[in-house]
Amino acid sequence: MSTVPEITVSVDELIGANKYNVDEGGSHIGFTAEDVDALDEAEFLKLVKVCPAALYKIGPDGRKSFDYAGCLECGTCRICCEDTIVARWNNPAPMMGVQYRFG
Amino acid sequence: MEERDFDIIVVGCGCAGAIAAYVAAKQGKSVLIVERGESAGSKNMTGGRIYAHSLRKVFDKYADGDVEWDNIPFERKITHERIALMDPTSNMTIDFTSKELGEAGSDSYSVLRAPFDAWLAQLCEKAGCEIIAGIGVEDLVKDDAGAVIGIKAGDDEITAQVVILAEGVNSLLAERCLGAPRPKRSEMAVGIKEVFELSPRAIEDRFLTPEGEGAAMLFVGDCTHGTVGGGFLYTNKTSISLGLVATIEELSLSNTTIYQAMDDFKRHPAVAPIIRDATMTEHSGHMVSEGGYDMIPPLVHDGCLVVGDAAMLCMNLGYQVRGMDLAVASGQFAAEAACAAIDEGNVSASALIPYRTMLENSFVVKDLKTFRAWPQTMEKWDRMFTEYPTMVADVFNALFVVDGMPQQHLVKRLLPVVKQRGLLSLAKEVRGALKAL
Repeated sequence: MSTVPEITVSVDELIGANKYNVDEGGSHIGFTAEDVDALDEAEFLKLVKVCPAALYKIGPDGRKSFDYAGCLECGTCRICCEDTIVARWNNPAPMMGVQYRFG
Repeated sequence: MEERDFDIIVVGCGCAGAIAAYVAAKQGKSVLIVERGESAGSKNMTGGRIYAHSLRKVFDKYADGDVEWDNIPFERKITHERIALMDPTSNMTIDFTSKELGEAGSDSYSVLRAPFDAWLAQLCEKAGCEIIAGIGVEDLVKDDAGAVIGIKAGDDEITAQVVILAEGVNSLLAERCLGAPRPKRSEMAVGIKEVFELSPRAIEDRFLTPEGEGAAMLFVGDCTHGTVGGGFLYTNKTSISLGLVATIEELSLSNTTIYQAMDDFKRHPAVAPIIRDATMTEHSGHMVSEGGYDMIPPLVHDGCLVVGDAAMLCMNLGYQVRGMDLAVASGQFAAEAACAAIDEGNVSASALIPYRTMLENSFVVKDLKTFRAWPQTMEKWDRMFTEYPTMVADVFNALFVVDGMPQQHLVKRLLPVVKQRGLLSLAKEVRGALKAL
């Protein structure tokens, strides 16, 4: 069921052109478990598929990870999983987050 | 009426919010806009194209000649409409152009929201609005009876007679403070977009458009790898906006990721030459509400109105995608209803209901109602995204491929292709779609 789709994109370069003010104070998105690796696998895999910034990852070793720094603030993960594994979703703190120069 | 800091506070300086603020200021009201982006537009994204009719109406009524149409920072006037049907290795494009597409009143323009929204914000400031940018609204302030009387932003509480909520499609405040239902996964889509820099000449050559004019292009088929959705492309002045939209529910259960689908789309033989040698300058994401009329939340509250994307005012018909023209009209109507209610000294929901009435009597709700059945029809029409593009490829291959093998009559060549996909079910599905459209 929960196999990661084949990914040939260089995920790290995906958002490299964007401008961000990363909030070092912490993530604006929180989950039902402190350790994302402990989250429900099937639900997490949904987020891997829908997040346009590729922030949700399952590594070759099967470990789940999430990095809020490249968030595009679209809210897709909230709509997808706020009733399951996404526990908290707020906009980033003032002046923080993505800054579109084109949009 | 009780003393308040402002007549009207607008949350969000996108198309809906900025127009609401502008119209209210033009009617002499004190207006504060609170925008969470560092500047207006810095959190916003569109495909995108704006149909200009509603913006024209606002400026005809309120601008007193202080808006020069040619100075609006649109990208290109769209005079070419293209629809493309693609399977993994083939593509069929229809290219349409006409005088009507470019005439004042039925004209449309590609836009980039960072420059466009910044211009709208300037317009609001000139009209007398105050703008606070870089601070998000965390909560709505209510009185003991539950009526909205202001906002909470940072450590400040700021009050107003009416709050106009224009926070966009990820409508946290409408859900958390006004009881709007959280949109369903099946009603929402995720959009992914990349902007590619190209010279104006290259753009015009690649799309065969007159100087300064542009093309809009929608893709159906394999671009979303079988998921309900599609691709889009808009030509800007010196760049191309290229992206995909896919329903969240379907995508979450599919066998691809949205960014891999985007990468595959860029490599498709019909797309790759368009962006050849172009530099990618931005990668963005945004949600699109696709549930149509049936997902509009309650729009009128005591002391508060919901407009634009936050009100889920968006239409995706597959061949036509609209949001910003609906946003502009809703902003205008909300401001007009709010100003009238303030003048009457009553901002209760019942006094603000003319906003809803104006929407219902306008193209906004009328069009959403006309196409009410389309979102469900499209959702069930998965063959549109898989089998039919392949059938089209088979048909055109039967027409055009010459390989030296003795040929058969056209009917003999085409019948097996159509039969394989089921002629009756094809006719039935097309009929169903036409009914919904």
